[in-house]
Amino acid sequence: MFSEIFECYDWDTIAGEIAGKTEADVQAALQKSKRNLEDFKALISPAALPFLEQMARLSHGLTQKRFGKTIQMYAPLYLSNECQNICTYCAFSLDNNIPRRTLSGAEILQEIAVLKQMGYDHVLLVTGEANKTVGVAYLKETIRLIRPHFSNISMEVQPLDEADYALLRGEGLHSVLVYQETYHRDHYKQYHPKGKKSNFQYRLETPDRLGKAGIHKIGLGTLIGLEDWRAEAFFTALHLQYLERTYWRTKYSVSFPRLRPIEQAGQNDPKVFERYMSDKELVQLICAYRLLDEELELSLSTREEERFRDHIIPLGITSMSAGSKTNPGGYAVSPQSLEQFEISDERSPEEMAAVIRAKGYEPIWKDWHPVWMQ
Amino acid sequence: MDHLKIADRVFSSRLFLGTGKFGSPQLMGEAVSASGSELVTVSLKRIDAETETDTLLEQLQLPGVQVLPNTSGARNAREAVFAAQLAREALETNWLKLEIHPDPKYLMPDALETLKATEELARLGFVVLPYIHADPVLCKQLEEAGTAAVMPLGAPIGTNKGLRTLDFLEIIIEQSRVPVIVDAGIGAPSHAAQAMELGADAVLVNTAVAVSSDPVRMAEAFKWAVAAGRAAYVAGLGGMRRHAGASSPLTAFLDDLNA
Repeated sequence: MFSEIFECYDWDTIAGEIAGKTEADVQAALQKSKRNLEDFKALISPAALPFLEQMARLSHGLTQKRFGKTIQMYAPLYLSNECQNICTYCAFSLDNNIPRRTLSGAEILQEIAVLKQMGYDHVLLVTGEANKTVGVAYLKETIRLIRPHFSNISMEVQPLDEADYALLRGEGLHSVLVYQETYHRDHYKQYHPKGKKSNFQYRLETPDRLGKAGIHKIGLGTLIGLEDWRAEAFFTALHLQYLERTYWRTKYSVSFPRLRPIEQAGQNDPKVFERYMSDKELVQLICAYRLLDEELELSLSTREEERFRDHIIPLGITSMSAGSKTNPGGYAVSPQSLEQFEISDERSPEEMAAVIRAKGYEPIWKDWHPVWMQ
Repeated sequence: MDHLKIADRVFSSRLFLGTGKFGSPQLMGEAVSASGSELVTVSLKRIDAETETDTLLEQLQLPGVQVLPNTSGARNAREAVFAAQLAREALETNWLKLEIHPDPKYLMPDALETLKATEELARLGFVVLPYIHADPVLCKQLEEAGTAAVMPLGAPIGTNKGLRTLDFLEIIIEQSRVPVIVDAGIGAPSHAAQAMELGADAVLVNTAVAVSSDPVRMAEAFKWAVAAGRAAYVAGLGGMRRHAGASSPLTAFLDDLNA
């Protein structure tokens, strides 16, 4: 289990080591053809910022070599905003007094009709954590319902047990995204004071359960804006390398959700997050992941702004969403309900696809076959 | 004429092209035309059989170009056989590039499952072209299983590293009774020419063309390189000499003895 490896590392020590990386460390890392976690630390360190252009060029070349001039397209489908957890950064948090809603089968069909019309064939199901209403049975029914309509189904929901993942895989589930949110064990409790989610260990071991259940692709990530992003990135990479070696039949992806302002009931101004990451640093992180792992899928959502998304296309990203709605029913059933977070790039999938094409890339809508969803 | 025959089909071009990774379907179509290739691979998972106009396939409706579906994404023999049957239905061809890689990181072919699937698919009437490691024993086993050709890799797929498996490719080419198509790792026209000079029957190229900043021109470059390498092989390469012959031959004494 990864938790045993995780025990061997100390957050502050890692943060200190990253901060101590020098220009020479960065240059050495750039010259290698296979890079290790020490190189990764150098590449995410402040010492690497002056080398950003060089990193971007390398990342561009490596990404094209592996993934070609293509960007995979996917759309999130929010099924429910019911949640029994308190997460201090999330609009769906239990203590946020908002109308709650879980889509019915008929409503889901309405939503997917819109997604299909947009051209989507890969869909990401999203929920909060409400095990009674939105538990494994609900997820199973939903996958059964939508499976005829999509070639590839991913899920970003509460962590489940291994047997449940195996069951959902049998129903046609392809990928599961479970962000650790933060690898800072002590602070994790502060961000997640209540609910099943407050169990750091259970969340940390989720990718192990996914690997054992034979899920095709596992998505990792942390929320950017809570803690030092550099240390978070190191632990994510550590986790990734462990998983790649242990569950070698599985594909991996990493996302970089920079926390967006959220609306809270009774508050006039949206809540914003302080430990923000600059655009330059996000580019640095994306390139560093690519230089560490040439085969890793890197995903960028509509949290990011138009101009940034346009320019990041050739730098290492392999999948993007567009036209996303982050509220249950957002596409057709109840477009006005509260979003989990405000998206930044509101362009339609068609507009985004045109931007991707203008960059000389092909948007890929279908890259899986339902025949393997069993 | 120097033609390549696989199963019941005759090819005048010995360059096969992969169709992934291109910046647009149009560019891919133009590159295929420029390459002169008559056999192009298409990933089943990329094809949308439900919509009437699949842009990828549309671009490949070129005279003399045969589409070869591959099973990329299949992780074992069972999934590959299933995919093969779907591909046969969707693309109306019994030709199949068999790809089984349980490892999604380096896309290494699974020898055991590939052999198993080849046996099954040959029995089902498929013309099977399996993507494999440059493993001479596996090649002979695949022959016995009824494969139509073998497609050993030159280097890990997508790496453009050239013929890293050279010694094994030589043995495979020497021993093979079915066409040998060097697949994966060919990153430059010179690599393709080298494979043809060795006596490979054809090469399959994708990344090197698709990711080039001018795929159409690069496709053309590969066309010439493959033709040149083949011509050199047919003509017979002169043996290589590292230095001039010794002035007094080491076996001249034999003439003296017999005099």
